[in-house]
Formats: sequence, structure tokens, C-alpha cells
Amino acid sequence: MSGDSILTVDRLSMRFGGIVAVNDLSFGAERRKITALIGPNGAGKTTVFNCITGFYKPTSGMMRLIHDDGRAFQLERLNDFRISKLAKVARTFQNIRLFPGMTALENLMVAQHNALMLASGLTFLGLIGAPSWRAAEKRAIDLAQLWLDRIGLLDRADDAAGNLPYGDQRRLEIARAMCTEPALLCLDEPAAGLNTRESAALSELLLSIRADQGTSILLIEHDMSVVMEISDHVVVMDYGVKIAEGTPQDVRDDPRVIAAYLGADEEEAIAVMESGA
Amino acid sequence: MGDGVTTAAPALTQIPRAPGIAFILKKALISALVALVLFSLMIGIRTEAGPTGQLIYWTRFGDLAAMVAAVFGGSIIVELLRQWWGPVGTIRIIPPRLQSTLAVARRGIAPVLLIFTFLVPVIFYDQRYILDLGILVLTYVMLGWGLNVVVGLAGLLDLGYVAFYAVGAYSYALLATNFGLSFWVCLPLAGILAAFWGMMLGFPVLRLRGDYLAIVTLAFGEIIRLVIINWQSLTGGPNGVSGIPRPTFFGIPLVPGPDGLAAKLGIEFSPTHRIVFLFYLILGLALLTNWVTIRLRRLPIGRAWEALREDEVACRALGINITTTKLTAFATGAMFGGFAGAFFATRQGFISPESFTFQESALVLAIVVLGGMGSQLGVALAALTMIGGFELFRGLEQYRMLVFGVAMVLLMIWRPRGLIGHRAPTVFLRHSQAISSDLVKEGHG
Repeated sequence: MSGDSILTVDRLSMRFGGIVAVNDLSFGAERRKITALIGPNGAGKTTVFNCITGFYKPTSGMMRLIHDDGRAFQLERLNDFRISKLAKVARTFQNIRLFPGMTALENLMVAQHNALMLASGLTFLGLIGAPSWRAAEKRAIDLAQLWLDRIGLLDRADDAAGNLPYGDQRRLEIARAMCTEPALLCLDEPAAGLNTRESAALSELLLSIRADQGTSILLIEHDMSVVMEISDHVVVMDYGVKIAEGTPQDVRDDPRVIAAYLGADEEEAIAVMESGA
Repeated sequence: MGDGVTTAAPALTQIPRAPGIAFILKKALISALVALVLFSLMIGIRTEAGPTGQLIYWTRFGDLAAMVAAVFGGSIIVELLRQWWGPVGTIRIIPPRLQSTLAVARRGIAPVLLIFTFLVPVIFYDQRYILDLGILVLTYVMLGWGLNVVVGLAGLLDLGYVAFYAVGAYSYALLATNFGLSFWVCLPLAGILAAFWGMMLGFPVLRLRGDYLAIVTLAFGEIIRLVIINWQSLTGGPNGVSGIPRPTFFGIPLVPGPDGLAAKLGIEFSPTHRIVFLFYLILGLALLTNWVTIRLRRLPIGRAWEALREDEVACRALGINITTTKLTAFATGAMFGGFAGAFFATRQGFISPESFTFQESALVLAIVVLGGMGSQLGVALAALTMIGGFELFRGLEQYRMLVFGVAMVLLMIWRPRGLIGHRAPTVFLRHSQAISSDLVKEGHG
């Protein structure tokens, strides 16, 4: 593990009654890199995400996030919305959670809530229409427009999010997370349900986010083509524990991964892994 | 829309053959049979206690037969109408000319209504009844707009809204009668106190959703009413508070005599002046509510309310503080309720707990739901329909509630998401498109 980790997860455990979903898991996500968290269904990947983003309170363990300016946050001590607001961790959901009755543009405006709330003088300046508020609102719309352009949805800015095709909704959710200007972006299966062309566009978008915004990305993904193409580092989980970690190449060749990850006989596993390369 | 051309949806290219006469008769027969079973005891036999307590009964088979025949005929008519309308799911193509006319009418309705409202005291100056009715309607418009913030925007089902109305009314009544404070000082105080109680209600219900939230808010409304009834030393209990000062025109009372407004303006005194003044006062308060709500919707707090209604989990993931967002929604809605309450107290001059029963909460909630949750114009139209309709059916005496209930049911079948079901976006890049009600969530509670 390199010294410049943005997120360090240390001996994280999460129990639900008698079930141990995550057991003594430690890993790091490097700054300005893409880290993938993979593993078979039920391995505890989403539980790890929910701990990092504050939806679950971990049973034990520490999660430390260090910003570029050196400020450190203990994520297990912050609760729900503060992780996004203060520690700047944004996330998307496995089953898309947009605001379906609001337009694409409005979705991106809601994402800038905290910045806009300050700019509107906690609503009072905004209510009287102060010029500073108008300027801030204009900037927020510009930022939203920029992201709509990057995900290719500028033409559909005024359409209800619930009316967009599935692939567009996935990308809009990522854009919405990016509008919170996060330090760490957590994506829960962003390629799920996408076709080959859409997956390729997604990979491109994620690479450009890493290059242009310098955002560190942590993603859970089943689509091996995406994982192998864009990840800098891969962590493999099974039954709540880490079974391997390393570069995509290392992981792909690791016999433990091949055996445990797919839970199938080795030849079949290799075939699947090869197809993703 | 009757002259609209109907075409089947693409998926239904093969239009199912209309059911024949046998089907219609069978359906009507079943309806008539159900009616016969239902009404045979309700209408067919009438029972009464005789002078010595014995049972007297007589039959009304003629009425029963008429009722069953009406159901039979009605069923045939409904079925024929349904066939004429076409199968469910057909897309109606409205001619472009009609469509543009409708769009103009839709855009014009709000300004026309507003101008008409401003002119009501001029047109109906001599008709006290119309002016009083106008004041009543506007009071409910204001209450509806206030509750719309909580229910329509934030999606929090509040069945105890009347509590804030009561807090506002009693705040003004008690401050004015005990400390002699004027209406214009008490109005903001009543709003602040109501908002404070809105927050008080908000805290315990933060974690509740849906049915549970509705029950707790319902209980809260009852608690406030029971406290008012039982805290006799402060509120006068069931006797209420009387002698509440009438509003003044910024310090100048509206009374006959040399100090009154009429004398100062050099015109003859008339009791109608006060009614007209009250009319414009509630109109001003209602428009303030409307203006603030429209502004708030375009501010981050308003968007957060709507986002909360759409998806609470996503809000948390975006760093929105759910607690303050919910509390501000409760407080804002309650504040407008408090303003309306203060107005109610000054208009009546007398208030008692009887004015703040659950029925009032239900009525205001019905206005919001009927209007289309979140739509300002819809709420105003619904208040006009409900309160105005109530008066319109006064001639029907005991059938008033029945007719009114049937009208409500029909309206909700025709427009399940309220009179104005679509949602207007708060911000747009190129053009503002109304969002269909199918996509907009109603909130979790």
C-alpha cells in the first residue's frame, strides 16, 4: 500500500445480529486513482460502501479519509449527511436513486445544496433576491450545464430524470455525485445493466473524471471489462474478508481469486476472466 | 375535449370488439341486484319506535323499485359512455388549434382569477354574503397554500394542521386582550409562535413516515385542542375568548365617529368598509404566502424539500441535512397557518376550541390533495370549489353532503392526482416542460 492513500480502511467489521457481513477488512484507496472492489454476490461489498458513506455504523474498525490539503476525517465518527457534506464522499446506488420527478438540471442543482444554501444566506438573502445569490445560482447552473454536457445530456436538461433511458440515468447519477465536488467518489455497480457501448462510454467518463477533476474513485463492479480496463488497484472480497489485492493483472492471475471469486471450477473461471481482458 | 379524435395506442393496433348488448344487460342486471340487496333494508323497510316504545314499520317498495331501476338504467348509460370513450389507454389526439387555445386558457387562468379577486369588493360591494364567502374562501386558500409546503412540497402527511391555525388565533386573541397589543404587532408574533410549535411537532416525528406520521400529527392537533379546552385560566376553556379587538387600518380604527377611518377620509361611515378591509387583508396575506412559497421553491431549501419528497436516502447521500430540511418545512407551513389563525381571530372577534376540530384539518388537507399536491393554482381552485361548492349546494339541504361527496369522488376518478397534477420545474435551461404526475412522487409520509 502506497503512502498516499486518500482512504484507509483499517480492520473494518460489520455484524448484523449473528451474521458477519464484513470481517476485519483492511485496504486503502490511493489518491487520484481508481480502486475497484470486486467479489461474488453477497461478499459484503455494498456493506463496505454503506459503512464508508455513513449509511451503516460499523461494528468496529476505522476509516480515515485525508483530503488533498491534509485535513483528516474519521468516517466512522461522522453520521449520514456529514460524510458527504464535510468529508466530501459522494456515492451512487446499485439501484439508481435519482429524483425522478425533477428534471436532470434540477437533480444537479439539488446536489449543490450545501454550497447554494450558504450562498442564499440560509434562504434569507435568496428570498429578497440579493445579487450575490443570483450570481451564485448562475454559477451553479453553469456547473450543472458543464456536467450535463460531459455526460452528453445537455439536450435533455429539462426532461424529467425518470423519463431518461436507463443508461442516461446511470450517468446522470454519477454527474449528480460529481456536482457535490467530492474528494472520493464511490460508485456501486455503475455498469450494471449497460450494454457494451454504454460500458465503454462509462469507462471513458470515469477515466476523464480521474484525469480532469483529480477525484479518487472507489467502485464496486461485476463487469470485468470495465474493472480490468480502468482500475489501478483491485481489492477482492469473499465472505466478508479480503482474499487478494493488487493490480488488475495480479488479481486476474491469482488462483485464489479464480477459485474463490467465481466459486466454480478453475477452467470455467479462467474463461470468464479471459473474456473480460 | 369531446371533439378530440381518438386513436388506439400503437401496442393496441387490434381494437378489441366492443362488447355486445348481452354483456351490457348482464352487467346492469348484476348492478341492479346488488342495489336491491343493499337498499331492500335501507329503503324498502322503514322502522320507527311508536309512542309506547313498540316497533312500527311500513314498507316503501315503490321507492325501492325506483332506486333499483335507476341503478339498472345508470349502469347501461355508464357502459355505453365507456364504449363511446374507447378502451382505456387510448391516446387522444387533440387538434393543434384546440391545444393552443387550451394552453392559452391554462396560462391565462391565474391572472384572470387574481384580477377578478381584486375586483370582488368593487363588483359585490352591496352583497355582504358574497364578501363574507370571499373572505372564507381566501382563508382556506391561504391555509391550503400553507399546508401545501408541508404536504405538497416536502411530502410529509400532516393531519394536525389545524393546531397551528389554533395557535395563531389564540396567540393574537390572548396577546391582544391581555396586553392590548395591536393586530400588526401580533401578526408576526402569531406566525413565530406557530412556527415554534411547528418545530415542536417536527422533532418527535422526524423518524416517522407515512401512516405513522399521519397518526402522530393527528394526535398533535387533538392535544392542542384539548389543552385549549382544559387550560381554563388562560384560554377560557370551552367558553373561548371574546372581545378580540378588530383590526385597525395601521392604527386608525374602522369605526363610526370622529376617530374612525371614514371620518378622517371625509366619507360617510359604512359597516361594509370593515368587510372590504378584511377582504383585502386576507387577500394580501394569502398572496404573501403564495409569493414566499414560489420564491422558496426556487431556492435551495425548496428544492431540498422536493428532493426529500422524491428520495430521502439520495438526499442524505448528497449531504442534505434531513433534520433541518424537515423542520423548516414544518415551521414554514405552521407559520402561514399561524398568520391565517390571527386573521381568523380578528375577523370573528370571538374564538373557541370548537373552531379548531379535526374536521378543519381534514378539509384543508382535502383542498391540497384535490388541488394537486404542490400546485399553487390547483390549491386555489380546489379551495374555491370546496368552500364555494359547499355554499352552492346549500339549497339541497340534507342532501348537501351527499352531493358534495359524490362530486369529490367523481373529481378524483377524473383527476386522480388533483386538478393540476403536473409539476412545473423550478429551473430550466431552454424551456420549462411540465412534468407528468406519473413521475412525481407523493412522499413517504
